[in-house]
Amino acid sequence: MVATIFRNLGPYVSAIKAAWGKTFVIFKGFCFLHITSTYVISAAVTSGPSMLPTMELRPNVFLMEKISTRFGKVSRGDIVVLRNPQDPRRFMTKRVVGLEGDSVTYISNPDNDDKFETIVVPKGGVWVEGDNKYISNDSRNFGPISYGLIQGKMFWKILPLNDIDLSGINDLKRSIRSCKLKFCNTIVFNF
Amino acid sequence: MATSFLWNYTKKFVTASIITVTVSDRYVTVIPVRGDSMSPTFNPKSGSLMEDVFDDYVLVEKFCLGKYKFSHGDVVVFRSPLNHKETHIKRIAALPGEWFSTYHNSDVVQIPLGHCWVEGDNTASSMDSKSFGPIPLGLIRGRVTHVVWPPPRIGAVKSIPPQGLAFF
Repeated sequence: MVATIFRNLGPYVSAIKAAWGKTFVIFKGFCFLHITSTYVISAAVTSGPSMLPTMELRPNVFLMEKISTRFGKVSRGDIVVLRNPQDPRRFMTKRVVGLEGDSVTYISNPDNDDKFETIVVPKGGVWVEGDNKYISNDSRNFGPISYGLIQGKMFWKILPLNDIDLSGINDLKRSIRSCKLKFCNTIVFNF
Repeated sequence: MATSFLWNYTKKFVTASIITVTVSDRYVTVIPVRGDSMSPTFNPKSGSLMEDVFDDYVLVEKFCLGKYKFSHGDVVVFRSPLNHKETHIKRIAALPGEWFSTYHNSDVVQIPLGHCWVEGDNTASSMDSKSFGPIPLGLIRGRVTHVVWPPPRIGAVKSIPPQGLAFF
C-alpha cells in the first residue's frame, strides 16, 4: 500500500524537491533577517508627544542599533527604545538620564510646582525621561527601569525628511503644554 | 579540492548556526539549570552521585512571549533585574495587580502593573523577588515546560503555585 503511494509519487518527486528547496531558501532568509534585527540593527516608528521637540508628534522612523546595548555601553543622553515596564507588549522611546549608582535630581510635576526630588539609581537600573517633561510617562512615574528592558539605541533618523522649523518655537511650546495626547507609542520591527 | 570542501563546510555550518539561533530565540530551546534554588523541581540534592554531578536540562518555549499571558505557578526564565547578562529560572507566584504576602514578612505588597513576583521552590536558598522585588514581565525570556535531562526525570514541569503563600 505504502509502496504504491511511493511509486505514484515518481513524477512528482522533482516538483516536491523544488518546492522544498525554495521554502528552505525563504526560511534561511527569514532566519538571517531575525538575526540582523535582533542582534545588529533594526527600525522603529515612534509617535507621541513625550520626546518633543527632539522627535515630532507625527510618526518618525529611526534606525536603532542593538550591539552596544547588549554590551552595556549605554551612556547618559542616549535615546533608547525600551519595553514598557507597565505593559510588556508595548515599547517606548526615552532618553537615558541616569545609570546605576547615579544620583538623579528631577521635578516630578512641572505643571504644579518646582519641587525637586533626588533619587539614587539602584544596581542594574536605568533612569529614563522623555524630553517633554510636561507630558512624558517615564521614570518619574514608574521609577528606574531594569537594564534588561532596553531593546536598542537610536542613532539615525530616516523619516520625516525635514527638520522642525525652529522659527515657530513659541507656538510649539504652547502646543506642547496643551497637548491632550498622553499616548506615546513606539512600534519596533521585531516581527 | 580542499578549499572548496572547506568553503562548503563553512557555508553549511553558518547556515545551521543561523537557523539554530533563530529557532532557539523564537520557538523553543534547551538550557541547563544551575544552582539549587528550584530544588526539588530541578537539581534535587538526592543521595545519588550521578544527579549531583550533572545539571538538569529543561525545555523552554518562547511562544508565551507573544501575548505575555502567564499563570500562577509557571516556571519562567528571566533576565536578572540586577545584571542584564544573567538569566534566572524561578516560579511565578503573583501576577500584576494582586496583593501578595510571603510567610516571612508581615508586609503585604501590591504587584505593580506589568510586573510579577517570582520565587524559587527552595525557599531556604533562593535569590528571587524576596530580595529584588517584583520583576517587570518584559524581562521574561521564556517558560519552562519539560525536563529533558537526566533521563529518570524526563517529564512535564507542572504549573503548581508555590505552597504556603496567602493571597488577599
